Amino acid sequence: MNDMSGGNYVTADGRQIGNTLMEMKNITLRFGGVVAISDISFDIHEGEIRAIIGPNGAGKSSMLNVISGFYHPQEGEVWFRGSRRPTMKPYQVAKQGIARTFQNIALFNGMSVLDNVMTGRLTHMETGLFSQALWRGRAEREEVENREAVEKIIDFLEIQAIRKTPVGRLPYGLKKRVELARALAAEPKLLLLDEPMAGMNVEEKEDMSRFILDVNDEFGTTIALIEHDMGVVMDLSDRVVVMDYGKKIGDGTPDEVRNNQEVIDAYLGVSHD
Amino acid sequence: MFYRESGDFSTTYPQDSQTFPIRFDRYRYYVVLAVAFLVIPFIINDYWANAVFVPFLIYAIAAIGLNILTGYCGQVSLGTGAFMAVGAYSCYKLMTAFPDVSIVIHVLLSGGITAAVVTLFGLPSLRIKGFYLAVATLAAQFFLVWLFNKVGWFYNYSASGQISAPERSVLGIIVTGPNTEAWAKYLICLVFVTLCAIIARNLTRGSVGRRWMAIRDMDIAAEIIGVNPMGAKLTAFMVSGFFVGIAGALFFSVYLGAAEVGESFGIDKSFLVLFMIIIGGLGSIFGSFAGAAFMVLLPVFLKNVFVGGLGWPTDLAAHLQFIVSGGLIIMFLIMEPHGLAQLWRLAKEKLRLWPFPH
Repeated sequence: MNDMSGGNYVTADGRQIGNTLMEMKNITLRFGGVVAISDISFDIHEGEIRAIIGPNGAGKSSMLNVISGFYHPQEGEVWFRGSRRPTMKPYQVAKQGIARTFQNIALFNGMSVLDNVMTGRLTHMETGLFSQALWRGRAEREEVENREAVEKIIDFLEIQAIRKTPVGRLPYGLKKRVELARALAAEPKLLLLDEPMAGMNVEEKEDMSRFILDVNDEFGTTIALIEHDMGVVMDLSDRVVVMDYGKKIGDGTPDEVRNNQEVIDAYLGVSHD
Repeated sequence: MFYRESGDFSTTYPQDSQTFPIRFDRYRYYVVLAVAFLVIPFIINDYWANAVFVPFLIYAIAAIGLNILTGYCGQVSLGTGAFMAVGAYSCYKLMTAFPDVSIVIHVLLSGGITAAVVTLFGLPSLRIKGFYLAVATLAAQFFLVWLFNKVGWFYNYSASGQISAPERSVLGIIVTGPNTEAWAKYLICLVFVTLCAIIARNLTRGSVGRRWMAIRDMDIAAEIIGVNPMGAKLTAFMVSGFFVGIAGALFFSVYLGAAEVGESFGIDKSFLVLFMIIIGGLGSIFGSFAGAAFMVLLPVFLKNVFVGGLGWPTDLAAHLQFIVSGGLIIMFLIMEPHGLAQLWRLAKEKLRLWPFPH
């Protein structure tokens, strides 16, 4: 087997994994006296599916929030595409090519599915107020170009039929899919998924897993995901980071992590005698 | 039967994203425009212009302005009255300082000045939202009214403290001052309403509107997918200010002719416009028109019924009119909290199937 720690290898199913896309170096995040993340380092390679797992309260979502620029760590560095990222606002991070979905769906309920997915492309839309007001030339052209890109995503995720439906009327599983569509519409370099399968039944989980694999395969999108369903995590991901109480206790392939004594202790508990 | 979308297939994306994708809607819109421009000006008289059409059109502009801010971007404002006053006083100063320049340019410039002022008062929205922002805009309301009363420069040191519009004409037709014909007043307001509505619609269906709505529906998610909250909120304040300023300038120069700030642009104006968009429907251009029509027509209608129809004394009718319109508003809000625009949508859904239930 290839050495995976440095990237640049071919997976068992033949996908090419590239160099390091993102690297977290010694991240520490505190809320007052509470240490949410303490001194965690890990990297994400281009093209891989990277899972972050751990029991509740381990700091997984906080880690995702650090990556998407919502929290700013007190210590540590975030490196993205070969350069150190300065402290950024979330919308600037989005412009860099990082998109995400949320644990509890954060769609825009007052808008249709199409408009929601179109908001995902706002980082690609630049026309100013005046040309928008007249709706001539550039504004209309830009709208059409982005609509074409969005329609591809809509086809890809098989949500054509609900294009014009207000999001509020959709069932839970479809909302999750629309949220994925919105994140994909941004054509991100790195896609963060916060519990994409939470609250889904087996069939919906299968659909979602298929979409995640297809996204990775067809668009070459690097994916970092948090998930509690171990079966899904072990099947989907190339490498797994395990967190517990804000610390990293394991990092490696699903097989390595599965056999790591610390990880087993964290999940199953250990007797303190 | 009357309203159907079958047979209407969009084959291009521009067709699909136009304002009225359904052919029937489009034709009805042209008919309304044709009647408004080609029929009403010939039959309008002073009573209809002053009591109904001119206030309706001007309030519709103000309602579109507030709807962009509150209905589309979710930022509550209680300063609409004062912002209209900014438009009115800018227009007055411009009209008296540059008498040779066309009134149309003055009105547009007044909109621009108001946009700048409103953007300034929108700055607190970057830190506060909801009720707290409403209170901050309320402060703007009181401050601006005080300012226009206190500083003589704004009313050119006139003895009465009032501002009054000098006579101005467009293309040789008098549009302001006491000698204005009813149809001229009506037409100039109609032109501005049409332009404002088209601009508002263009902005709200494109990326600017999506930024606003994203901020309204969930500001944190909006920021994470790449919306700069400061930019989105301030453009909403700016565009809203532009429309409200135009409404204020027209309200003073074309409709009132003479105005005193506390009386014409007080807090009751702010609430009136807010009621219009709530009753008409938040986040809907049509709703702005419907709400303005409702709030302007209801008192006129009740007065005609009480005084003209039942022969009651005017003072009794005036008081009853408040009670009835207040009661109607409450009843209406309970029955249809999403406003007239939602009723209209429901009616259209029903009409799609009518007369066959399936």
